Amino acid sequence: MKEVYIIGTGITKFGELWDKSFRDLAVDAGIQAIADSKVDVSEIDGVFGGTMSSGRFIGQEHAAALIADYAGITPKPAIRCEAACASGGVAFRAGYFAVASGAMDTAVVGGVEKMTDVFTEQAAVTLGGAGDQEWEVFNGATFPALYALIARRHMKEFGTTEEQLAQVAVKNHLNGSMNPIAQYQMPITIETVMNSSPVADPLKLFDCSPITDGAAAVVIASKEVAKEHCEKPIKVLASAQASDTLALHDRRKITTLDATRFAAKDAFKQADTTPSKIDIAEVHDCFTIAEICAIEDLGFFEKGKGGKATEDGLTALEGQLAVNTSGGLKACGHPVGATGIKQIVEAVKQLNQEAGKRNRKNVDLALTHNVGGTGATAVVHILGRGY
Amino acid sequence: MASNSISLMWRGIQQRYNLIGTKCKTCGQAFFPPRKNCPKCRRKGQIEELKFSGNGKVFSHSVVHAPPEGFENQVPYIISLVELEEGPLVTAQIVDCEPSEIQIGTKVKKVFRRVSEGGKSGIINYGYKFVLDR
Repeated sequence: MKEVYIIGTGITKFGELWDKSFRDLAVDAGIQAIADSKVDVSEIDGVFGGTMSSGRFIGQEHAAALIADYAGITPKPAIRCEAACASGGVAFRAGYFAVASGAMDTAVVGGVEKMTDVFTEQAAVTLGGAGDQEWEVFNGATFPALYALIARRHMKEFGTTEEQLAQVAVKNHLNGSMNPIAQYQMPITIETVMNSSPVADPLKLFDCSPITDGAAAVVIASKEVAKEHCEKPIKVLASAQASDTLALHDRRKITTLDATRFAAKDAFKQADTTPSKIDIAEVHDCFTIAEICAIEDLGFFEKGKGGKATEDGLTALEGQLAVNTSGGLKACGHPVGATGIKQIVEAVKQLNQEAGKRNRKNVDLALTHNVGGTGATAVVHILGRGY
Repeated sequence: MASNSISLMWRGIQQRYNLIGTKCKTCGQAFFPPRKNCPKCRRKGQIEELKFSGNGKVFSHSVVHAPPEGFENQVPYIISLVELEEGPLVTAQIVDCEPSEIQIGTKVKKVFRRVSEGGKSGIINYGYKFVLDR
């Protein structure tokens, strides 16, 4: 396998972007990334695009071809990748394989979702497609409800409290307040979360990530191409992915995401490093409980101690490791297909000390963690500075 | 769920109405929803039908306040993972009680109920829910 480098990034504002279409968003992010990489568009060998459900959000399938068309990349191949909320992560991995194998020298990898062209109820139905339609959703389980079932069990088994869950949202909103592209840039308090309306007990509105429009993209390249264009590229040190049962009710344990565990184990082995060496992690906090599970299952904290670690500030910007410096899915927003790529863009900015006020002081190793559904897919990447 | 297909409902009648799943005779593992392949025994597995007793206990629970399409008339409602006595967990509603009566470990039993209604086709979906096993 050849070494793979990230040589350019692009990202749009995240939020309810009523004046931007699906193609506007995808093309904005892609063109930014290409300009940032300084490669000529003729050098690009292919496009990999992650979107969970452009078909149900805007009625548009064949999304990768549309993006290649409007970004002016035709006739190069364009491939769409889908793994629910991990669509961005698997798209990045598909591009990574193309470059690592030598099949392509340069590729654009992007993620996009346009979610606010439908009403919230329709968006929720579409997001339900990440779970088991026939055996979870049919019986009235919503996505917040499935994560609430995880939360209830985590609270029972490990003594995790609602206030500890709330602290995840408080931390991520503080980080988001320093991120100019974040959907929510206002700091909140524990009381804001605790007093917000119930969605699926014990989860409240402020335990949930929002519905968001947005796109992110990166240009990846072989070492030869990277050296021609880029002085400080980011090296992909590990790319790992694992699967688990689609439905929560079929898991070995519901408080542990085995897919995260397996992907993380593989990623740390590939990068020849350990969790304690990671400086920043962008993890999949679609709900506050998801961040608690993630920081445990990735190996940063012992199982059951994630809530306490969060409460003690160990995951704050200058804590033991910084978790979700972008604001996470909670505050930065969660345009599902874009999230996995946004995490990588944030990691690159942190490694390059380009994240402004929210940049952790010393960042040598960054990890990204993207989950599909309640954990049927998990994608983990580890990034560091190149050359 | 946007289940507007009659054939989709018809295919699930045995499972949804009578809680019929499967079991691997080789390793003894019970499956609900049914699986036609045993993930452990692979080609050595022998799958047969199994009618579940419908008795179980609450493994985890939540109260849904923001309902999906077809469930608008039922909120707030209890959604639960029920651990069936034969082993598997099922995702289902618990009805005819207050959320305060439910905790992890509470004994429940299966009942046959209307699950959801509405949608463009107007199909009414029936299936299993659970009630307290008093």
